[in-house]
Amino acid sequence: MTVSAEPNVTRAVASLPRWARPAIGLIVPLAAAVAWEAAVRTGVADGRLVPPPSVILATLSDLVRSGELGRHALATMLRVACGFALGVAAGTLLGAVTAYGRIARRLIDPTLQALRAIPSIAWVPLFILWFGIFEASKVILIAVGVFFPVYLGVLGAILSVDRKIVEVGRVFRLSGPAMVRRILLPAALPTYVLSLRAGLGLGWMFVVAAEIMGASEGLGYLLVDGQQIGKPAQIVAAIIAFAVLGKLSDSILALGVAPLLRWEDAFGARR
Amino acid sequence: MLVLSRVAKTYSNGVRALDGVSLEVAPGEIVAVVGGSGCGKSTMLRLLCGLDQPSRGRILLDGTAISGPHAKIGIVFQEPRLLPWLTVAGNVGFGLADRPVGERRQRVSAALDRVGLCDKAPVWPRELSGGQAQRVALARALIMRPEVLLLDEPFSALDAFTRVDLQDHLLDLWADHKPTLLVVTHDVDESIVLADRVMVMRPHPGRIFAEIDTSMPRPRDRQSAAFDVAKRRVLAALDRSLDRVVTTDDGEMGSAAGAALWW
Repeated sequence: MTVSAEPNVTRAVASLPRWARPAIGLIVPLAAAVAWEAAVRTGVADGRLVPPPSVILATLSDLVRSGELGRHALATMLRVACGFALGVAAGTLLGAVTAYGRIARRLIDPTLQALRAIPSIAWVPLFILWFGIFEASKVILIAVGVFFPVYLGVLGAILSVDRKIVEVGRVFRLSGPAMVRRILLPAALPTYVLSLRAGLGLGWMFVVAAEIMGASEGLGYLLVDGQQIGKPAQIVAAIIAFAVLGKLSDSILALGVAPLLRWEDAFGARR
Repeated sequence: MLVLSRVAKTYSNGVRALDGVSLEVAPGEIVAVVGGSGCGKSTMLRLLCGLDQPSRGRILLDGTAISGPHAKIGIVFQEPRLLPWLTVAGNVGFGLADRPVGERRQRVSAALDRVGLCDKAPVWPRELSGGQAQRVALARALIMRPEVLLLDEPFSALDAFTRVDLQDHLLDLWADHKPTLLVVTHDVDESIVLADRVMVMRPHPGRIFAEIDTSMPRPRDRQSAAFDVAKRRVLAALDRSLDRVVTTDDGEMGSAAGAALWW
């Protein structure tokens, strides 16, 4: 049955216009939403702890209209942006230095690898003691989360640049900085971009941790607030906001660097 | 004049890649270096283009010692080694970064025109065939107007047709400014088509075993009798360099040791 049906499905998918193909991925979540809505409406489920889509949408639109969602989202985005910028700057700099200089690598890398083994959330009490309970400790926690994937990405990317390509730079008598700028960085760029995206993902993860542990605004605050006043719809609304912002920021990053990576000749580089 | 004087190279793992190699190459001369694997021919090119330092001996270009990559010495590797993030034009002009844009653009288009790839200027290297990529590598080296161009088995990864094509093309390009060419190859035909002299090397440690004069008027006919004679002489020297028992033309069997002494 399925065996004979599959080619038909494949053909049906292939005959869809290009822009419509991602829509296939929507079928499962939409079906689930409709089913849950129907279950609550017909009284099969009471929907108090798991609110139906209509309630979530209403909560979401209330939050948007009152400007609450915008205010909280802005606070969260600001924290992620600051932490991400800080983590990327530190990770890139230290990664490049340790990759390029053997002595620096022997000196710094073991310490950083040891620090990496600590779950970053474990720093929170210390950061609160050091940097207070306001923005600084949150931004620094996010920066720590972003730092490690970026650092490892840069280090690994530069170390794995093909020796043969580096020799081309040497034959053309490039100076140290020119070698970094004209050979090492472009060659390392694809891996670097991946590490930036991994870092951004961790940034969003750590902003939730930071905000759950104490904040008066931010999407993480909406989560905790929804739990305390017993409004699961608000929690789900905040989760949806996180999902949208996370996906949006990742897509912007990916699209932003795409023109720099058009040369890539790899499986999956051209789709 | 490119001079190698008793050059030796021992790697840090104790391998003696080269020992006592002396060679003089006149300006504009084409010298081919052939030999079995591990005879140090690639090591010799790495020393000449400054990627490695000799353990002993000296390398001189026009009387000055070479101690690193040199502006007047270019190299084409076995693989094209194009930078994948630069277009073909960007790769060809890679060494001209310090020149004004106008001059760079004009020299790049002239160089691409010369290798017959002017329509490929905006293309990424991944879109080139093997032969085209190696032409771009040639253009990238020649645009610097080197006095000495080193070629490390430049056409060995190409199919037979493309290889013959590029050998002729290389001679054509060489005629423009007549740089000194030092071609490392394991293709005996290639060495005879290209070179005025063929140096046969011998391994463990790498050293020059025989020198065969292959000067003939160009272009050379790969089917001519003179070509065949030269080819047989190079092949015989290669056999002796590898201590193989050789049968000479009179059918006389000689031991390799005897042959080596005779040389």
